[in-house]
Amino acid sequence: MRVVTYGEWQPLWLLLAVCFLLLPVAANAQTADDDFRAVVAEFGDANFREKESVAERLLETGHASARAVLTALLEDRFFFRQQDQQPFIVESSDENLSSFALIDPASLEAAGTSEPDQLDRVITNNRLRRFLRITIARFALSSPDADVRVDAVKQMLRSLDAASIELLRERAIEETNSSVSYEIDTALALAALDEDEGSARVAAINTLADRLSPEVYNRLSLLLERDEDGNFIEGNEDARLAATEAIRRIDAARNVYSIIETAFFGLSLGSVLALAAIGLTITFGVSGVINLAHGELLMLGAYTTYVVQLAMPNHIDVSILVAIPAAFLVTGAVGVLIERSIIRFLYGRPLETLLATFGVSLLLQQFVRSVFTANNRPVVTPSWMSGTLQFNEAFSLTYNRMSIVLFTLIVFAILLLVLKRTRVGLEMRAVSQNRLMARALGVRSEWVDAMTFGLGAGIAGVAGVALSQLTNVGPNLGQAYIVDSFLVVVFGGVGNIWGTLIGGMSLGIVNKVLEPFAGAVLGKIFVLVAVILFIQRRPRGLFPQTGRAAESS
Amino acid sequence: MKIGRQALPLLFKDRASCGFLALLTGVALVVPILNVAVPESSPLHLSSYVVGLIGKYLCYAILATAVDLIWGFCGILSLCHAAFFALGGYAIGMYLMRQIGTRGVYGHPVLPDFMVFLNWDALPWFWYGFDRFWFALAMVALVPAALAFVFGWLAFRSRVTGVYFSIMSQALSYALLLAFFRNDMGFGGNNGFTDFKDLLGFDLQSDGTRSALLVVTAATLAASYGACRMIVGSRAGRVIRSIRDAESRTRFLGYSVESYKLWLFVFSAVMAGVAGALYVPQVGIINPSEFEPIKSIEVVIWVAVGGRGTLFGAAAGAILVNYLKTYLTAAFPELWLYALGAIFIGVTIFLPRGLAGLWRSPSQVE
Amino acid sequence: MTPLLPRTRGAQATQTSWREMREAAARRKPSVLLGKVLHLDKLTVSFDQFKALDRLTLYVDPGELLCIIGPNGAGKTTMMDVITGRTRPDEGSAWFGKTVNLLALTEAEIAQAGIGRKFQKPTVFEFLSVFENLELALADNKSIWHTMVARLTPIQRERIDEVLQIISLGAKRTARAGALSHGQKQWLEIGMLLMQEPALLLVDEPVAGMTPQETERTGELLLSLAGKHSLIVVEHDMDFVRSIAKRVTVLCEGRVLAEGDMDSVQNDPRVIEVYLGA
Repeated sequence: MRVVTYGEWQPLWLLLAVCFLLLPVAANAQTADDDFRAVVAEFGDANFREKESVAERLLETGHASARAVLTALLEDRFFFRQQDQQPFIVESSDENLSSFALIDPASLEAAGTSEPDQLDRVITNNRLRRFLRITIARFALSSPDADVRVDAVKQMLRSLDAASIELLRERAIEETNSSVSYEIDTALALAALDEDEGSARVAAINTLADRLSPEVYNRLSLLLERDEDGNFIEGNEDARLAATEAIRRIDAARNVYSIIETAFFGLSLGSVLALAAIGLTITFGVSGVINLAHGELLMLGAYTTYVVQLAMPNHIDVSILVAIPAAFLVTGAVGVLIERSIIRFLYGRPLETLLATFGVSLLLQQFVRSVFTANNRPVVTPSWMSGTLQFNEAFSLTYNRMSIVLFTLIVFAILLLVLKRTRVGLEMRAVSQNRLMARALGVRSEWVDAMTFGLGAGIAGVAGVALSQLTNVGPNLGQAYIVDSFLVVVFGGVGNIWGTLIGGMSLGIVNKVLEPFAGAVLGKIFVLVAVILFIQRRPRGLFPQTGRAAESS
Repeated sequence: MKIGRQALPLLFKDRASCGFLALLTGVALVVPILNVAVPESSPLHLSSYVVGLIGKYLCYAILATAVDLIWGFCGILSLCHAAFFALGGYAIGMYLMRQIGTRGVYGHPVLPDFMVFLNWDALPWFWYGFDRFWFALAMVALVPAALAFVFGWLAFRSRVTGVYFSIMSQALSYALLLAFFRNDMGFGGNNGFTDFKDLLGFDLQSDGTRSALLVVTAATLAASYGACRMIVGSRAGRVIRSIRDAESRTRFLGYSVESYKLWLFVFSAVMAGVAGALYVPQVGIINPSEFEPIKSIEVVIWVAVGGRGTLFGAAAGAILVNYLKTYLTAAFPELWLYALGAIFIGVTIFLPRGLAGLWRSPSQVE
Repeated sequence: MTPLLPRTRGAQATQTSWREMREAAARRKPSVLLGKVLHLDKLTVSFDQFKALDRLTLYVDPGELLCIIGPNGAGKTTMMDVITGRTRPDEGSAWFGKTVNLLALTEAEIAQAGIGRKFQKPTVFEFLSVFENLELALADNKSIWHTMVARLTPIQRERIDEVLQIISLGAKRTARAGALSHGQKQWLEIGMLLMQEPALLLVDEPVAGMTPQETERTGELLLSLAGKHSLIVVEHDMDFVRSIAKRVTVLCEGRVLAEGDMDSVQNDPRVIEVYLGA
């Protein structure tokens, strides 16, 4: 028999010890909850003065729900049930609701419902509310979570009074987190604008000069206004100068951010345009086919996304990743079908192809209307694509647009790889530059044509998936993008991938830059006219196909 | 002599033209009589609705002829002719709006209803002069002509041809659509112009006026057909066809191809504008949806169905396809777009020379 | 237009009669232009990295018939493209006569200035009749306004008939040009060239695909034009070149390789190496 030594039992001892230690904690939790409830219940009989001390004691319990209770009290959402005098927080105390949803004050869990007239609201007065605000803020200011502290300070920024300023001053001394300190300094500087001494005000203004929040801006502009008699509200001239300078600096900073934001929007619009146009440039460049059904292929891709989301409603986040290959296959197949049944007979007759593909577009539109009805269909944005990335008060970017820009670049990279590195790509390029010669070398040009059209259509479908995230999915989606796609192709140079990418991005940026001056519609018109004029100088676009074969066409 | 052999195909063409003009005259005479002179109880009576419909078809026929002139004969596929049509329509519409005067809903003597609705207090400068009929007529011709001149000059001068030109013209249509849809442009926004009362003092709702408009339209169709025939039959017509078939060669012979294309384009734009101006009093409304690119593409299909490069084929195709549209949208509305799509595909693959091509052999000199 | 010299029948045209024709051509008065009728100076044209013309310098005397030969890719067609305005060179200059800068004119303007071109592949207007093809090529006012109302004057009709006779297509005047044989299309195109009455004719492979009789007739026709008109003829058929040319220029890789009469060129070792073979 082996002798068991102490060392081997160590883990077990540790476990037992932990259990023993937790017991009192658990017990404590029980009693902590009870204590908390006891204090909360005191609100029922307290008068206003007493409520203040109850509130303080509530916070001192250190219970996690204390703040929620006080906030509810502040917002008139704290009630006692008449029958058993139990306190509850109510989700919404909207008068129009027929029943209120109750929340237990200690656990913050749902606790049933009740009719409004069976509840007594715990009332507050102004003084109590002020007190509550400050107490809650002070509490928030000492929260271990820096984000909570920042939010608390920002809240206080909006309504600074002597008490909150005092709190902030206290906190400023202890604060270690730099972003919280930043906000506190802003608040204190704003407060300092009311100081009697001019130089203090000037110092405050200088501090505020690189803050971008709207409250600061408004406050500073106020300083430069005149009252009814025409005198400046701000008497001190240095202060006025400082304020003018500060406002100038803030405006300059805002401008910079605004430009970046416009550029970003332009890039995102441009990447959508480029994505929509890339399929077109491939078919046009390789086969010389003008495909007026291209817009409908975009639409089919968007509808595929909708169908995929219908099929997997519980996995919306993954649905986009499934929709992309699905859309590629669906529209690619449709594209090959169109090519084999119609386009094949019309090679060398581009104007006829234009008409025939227009017929196809009508058929596709009507088909979608019959199957899915003429109304728009809802497509949900997955969670990883929602939300914004906030850099500062003046500048934020949305995740969905960022994803689309990234997606476009990936698609282009893959396409370039396919065209430059694979055999299929080589054959496509050969056929586009010199069909007869390619055939003489054994390239099956009909097969290449079908594949090219299928590839172009497939990419249009993938673009449709991206579009479904940005715009309404309906039978007319294609019509909205077809003219733009063509413009991008013509501007960037037919058959040239880089041309489409750069052309699309440029047109997107130009469009967005013009928007604030001319409005969306006039901006579009201007872009159209600009492209027409551009074609004068370079009739074949930014990156034309060169070489003798291209020259002769 | 040898001229006889050359004249025979010309005679055939003239036979077709003669037949066409005779048919047109017949329609212009018979239809008004059947509407106005024959009593309603008679089975031969044609209702005002039918008169209006025939008038509409004839306007479309003029438009189709205009497109055939530059597409069938010169090879320029323009996808903005419906826009020229609409511009002519808007010009006459402005005159008609100004004629309404105090009979409008708001009763303002000068401002049309939609301007009163937008709280405007004065007529914009570009409405001046439209209270005169001759001015409106001049604008019907000049506005499409000016637009066609500028656009054509820019495009042809830089040798933009073929599909590039088609795309650009489609973009132009689209731009005009967007512009005219705006409420603050002063053209009635998305509602356009409607509720016309009279033209030159004649009530637009009366049968007599309708019939008169029909006759005028038929006469205009005959005149434009004749003008196109003359152009096509002259040496210029042969140059134009050479431009279609071998543009470079024509250039090397010393012909300024750009100049030919430009003036032909302008002429056909004016024709389209005139067609639009005849259309609007007969249908009683003009709105910006007439600028839609799809409308221009539909015109092309009328020409393709009838047979491009024949002129009378274009007119026939316009009437035929629109009759089909009227019938199908009333009887089987769901089917119309399917039918139209099928027509597009079928005609381009199976009937490249259109219906007129069915009884003309390819070896005939065009 | 001066009448053709009496035809010699069949392929038995002797060397002597060809020589006679050449000398007769040389004796005819040169055209009114002074100096060179065409002067190309250091023309350079490149497509991507490929140099189609490399500082090409060439000139044509008034009334001369110059033959240009050379291997494929030598730049012969590109040179014609530059002269007629279809391609713009990257460097160099091209002068027609003393005053006309070809690089500043459009194709139509160059054609109206008096340069006519016959293409390698016959490019007649297939759907028009032979007569109408010639009518289009008439040296007449070519503006749209004139052509809309123009009627053929009797003199113009006569001229068309004359040319029809020369190109032996009188019987086919109402036939569609597309229905002609290859050789007949070439002749029609030459006829159209004649209608233009150009001072300089650029003729690109006129006898390609022709029967020996047609080749002979073509040679006679071209020679009959020399003197009153200047011609540049590009050809590969050495016998043909020998029979019509007094001066021959050999182009290679965009440059002039050798010049002179046929004998000296054929015996030039560089030319043999590059083009004619041992």
